Amino acid sequence: MDVQIWTYIIVGFTFAIYIGIAIWSRAGSTKEFYVAGGGVSPLANGLATAADWMSAASFLGMAGIISFSGRDGSVYLMGWTGGYVLLALLLAPYLRKFGKFTVPDFVGDRYYSQTARVIAVVCALFISFTYVAGQMRGVGIVFSRFLQVDITWGVIIGMAIVFMYAVLGGMKGITYTQVAQYCVLIFAFSVPAIYISIMLTGNPIPQLGFGGELIDEPGVSLLDKLDGLSTELGFNQYTTGSKGTMDTFFITMALMVGTAGLPHVIVRFFTVPKVSDARKSGLYALLFIAILYTMAPAVSAFARTNLLATIPNSEYEKSPEWFKKWESAGLIAWQDKNGDGVIQYTKGSAFEGKPEYKTGENDDFVRGKNGEILLANKATEGENELYIDKDIMVLANPEIAGLPNWVIALVAAGGLAAALSTAAGLLLVISTSVAHDLIKKSINPNITEKGELYAARLAAVGAVLVAGYFGINPPDYVAAVVALAFGLAAASFFPILILGIFSKRVNKEGAIAGMLIGLVTTLGYIIYFKFMNVELNKPENWLFGISPEGFGTVGMILNFVVTITISKSTPEPPQEVQNMVEEIRYPGEAKA
Amino acid sequence: MNQEDRLRYWKKNLRYLLVLLSIWFISSFVLGIFFVDYLDGVKKTTDGVIEDPDSIFHGFRLGGFKLGFWIAQQGAIYVFLIIIAVYVWLMNKLDKEFNIEEKEISTSDH
Repeated sequence: MDVQIWTYIIVGFTFAIYIGIAIWSRAGSTKEFYVAGGGVSPLANGLATAADWMSAASFLGMAGIISFSGRDGSVYLMGWTGGYVLLALLLAPYLRKFGKFTVPDFVGDRYYSQTARVIAVVCALFISFTYVAGQMRGVGIVFSRFLQVDITWGVIIGMAIVFMYAVLGGMKGITYTQVAQYCVLIFAFSVPAIYISIMLTGNPIPQLGFGGELIDEPGVSLLDKLDGLSTELGFNQYTTGSKGTMDTFFITMALMVGTAGLPHVIVRFFTVPKVSDARKSGLYALLFIAILYTMAPAVSAFARTNLLATIPNSEYEKSPEWFKKWESAGLIAWQDKNGDGVIQYTKGSAFEGKPEYKTGENDDFVRGKNGEILLANKATEGENELYIDKDIMVLANPEIAGLPNWVIALVAAGGLAAALSTAAGLLLVISTSVAHDLIKKSINPNITEKGELYAARLAAVGAVLVAGYFGINPPDYVAAVVALAFGLAAASFFPILILGIFSKRVNKEGAIAGMLIGLVTTLGYIIYFKFMNVELNKPENWLFGISPEGFGTVGMILNFVVTITISKSTPEPPQEVQNMVEEIRYPGEAKA
Repeated sequence: MNQEDRLRYWKKNLRYLLVLLSIWFISSFVLGIFFVDYLDGVKKTTDGVIEDPDSIFHGFRLGGFKLGFWIAQQGAIYVFLIIIAVYVWLMNKLDKEFNIEEKEISTSDH
C-alpha cells in the first residue's frame, strides 16, 4: 500500500478515537468544563500534560532545529524540560491547594484587585492566541503534505475535530483525548527513532544508540563520524556550539521560566484531587515528556548523519526519490551554481530568502539541464548550493532512512496528535478566561451556572474560529511570536505567582507594577528587534548580548525587583489575604 | 497543627527546595552551559572552537559522548526527573510526619 492510503487509515483511526472520547465525556457543569471536575488521576494528568505541552513545535520542529544547530540546540532540550522542576516544586502544589479554576483567579484573589486580574487575563489571552495560531497552521501543513489536501481544508478538518471535544467536553473531554493523543504521538515518534537507531548502530534504544558505534564502521562512534563529516564539508563540529555562553544562559532560563508560567500548562494541575497528586503529576508529566525529549536529539544526530552521508557531492540525477518529492514541495531546493550537476553542500545559505520557483507558461516548474527545478532567487557568493527546510527533518526522516510506508503515515498521525492536543488546551484557556475571569468575575457576577457554561462553550467556539482564521491566513511572524509567548509568560506571570506563594508581604501595588514592567520591557525589546528593526537583530546590537529570545529572563528579573521594592514601601495586604497565603502552604488543613 | 509545628514544616520545605533547586541550577546552567566546553575538552577562541589539552576531560568519553555534550542533551533531563521524584518522596514523608496529608479536598464552589 502506498503512503497516502496508509495515512488515511491511520489518521482516520486516531480521529475516530478522539471523537468517540468527545461523545463519551460531555461536560455537565462549569467545574467539569474548567477542571474536569477536579477528579483526574495523577497518571492520566501526567499523560495529558505531556500531550498538552508537546506541540507541533516539539514533535516536528525541535529535532530539525537541533539537527542543524548541533550542541547549540541544547537550549530547547534543557529549557523545555527544566521548567517542570519549577512547576512541580514551586507552583503546582500550592495552586492546587488554592483550588480555583484559572491563573487569573489566583492573581485576582491573591492580589485582591480587579486590575491585577484583568492584566492577567489579557496576558493569558495574548499568550494563548499567539501559540494556538501556530498549532492550527501545523495541522494544515501535515494534512497538505500527506493527504494532498489544500492547507485551508486541512485547517478546517482540524478545527472540526477540536470543536467536537473542546466545545462539548471542555477540560473533561480534552483531558481524556490528550491521554490518547500522547499515546499516538509517542508511538509515532519512537518507531522511526528505534528503527533508525538499529539500522545505524544496532542499538534499539535511541538514547544509547546516539552514543554508540556505527555498524558499518566498527570502532567509530556515531558522533565522531558526524563531527568528521561536518568538518569535512566545512560545517562546525556537531558536538560543539557557537552561540555565546551568556545568551545561551538567558535563552534557557527564559524557556524554563516561561514554561512554568504558561497558563495552559498550569491549569492542568487544577484537575487533580489532592495536593500530593499535583506534585506526583508533575513527576509523571516530565517523565512522559522526557521520553520524547531525550529521543529527539538522537533523532537529530541520526538524521544529520544520514543526510551528510548521502546527499553532498552526489549527482542530482541520482538523488533519491524523497529528495525530489520535497523539492517539489518547496522545502528542498538546489541551485547548480558551478554547473557540474553535483550537489555541493557546505556552510552558508545557497541563495537569498526562501525558495521561489521560476514558473513557465502553464504555471508549471521550469527545469534545468539536470532536471532540477529552477529558482528565481538570487544566488549568494558562497559555495553552498543546497537549501533544506529545518521543519522537514522529522517528516522526511523515515523516507531518508528508507522505512516502510506505514511508518511514514504514523509520523503524520503523530504530528496531528501533537498539534491538536496543544491547540485544545490553549482553546480551553481562552474560553475559561473569557467566560470565568472576564464575564463571571469582572462583568456579571450574578450569571447562573448554566449561563456561565453556555458562555464558556460560546467562547470556545469563537476561539476555534479565530484560531482557524490565523491557521489559514498565518501572519508572517508566526515563528517570531513563539519567542514572544515564552518571554511574556516568563516576564509577567512567573514572578508574581512565586512571590504570591512564598511571600505574605507582597501586595497588589507591587504585583501590578511588576507585571507591567515585565510586560512592557519584554514586549518592547522583542517588538523592536523582531518586528520594527529586523535588520538590526544581530548580536552586536543586543543589550548585553542578549537576544530577543532570551530577554524574557531580563523582564522576569525586573518584575521580581519592582514587585518587591514597591511592596516594601506600600501597605501590607489585608489580613484575610495573608491567611490565604498561610493556608495554601499546608496541604491537609481545612480551609479557614 | 500548632504555630511551632507550622513553622518547622515550612522551614523544612524551604530547605528541601533550596537544596533541590541548587542541584537543578548546577546540572543545567553550570554544567550544561557555563562549563560545557571544559567538560567537552574544548575551548572557544577567536578562531572558533579548538581542542583544549589543559582540560582534565580532554579525550574523555562517556560511552560515545563527550561529557558536556551528553549533559546538555541528555543528562540534565535525567537529573530534573530525579529532582522531582525526590521532592515528591520527601514531601509525602513530611506531610505524614506532621500529619497533614489530606484525605480528600474539593475545589471550592464559587
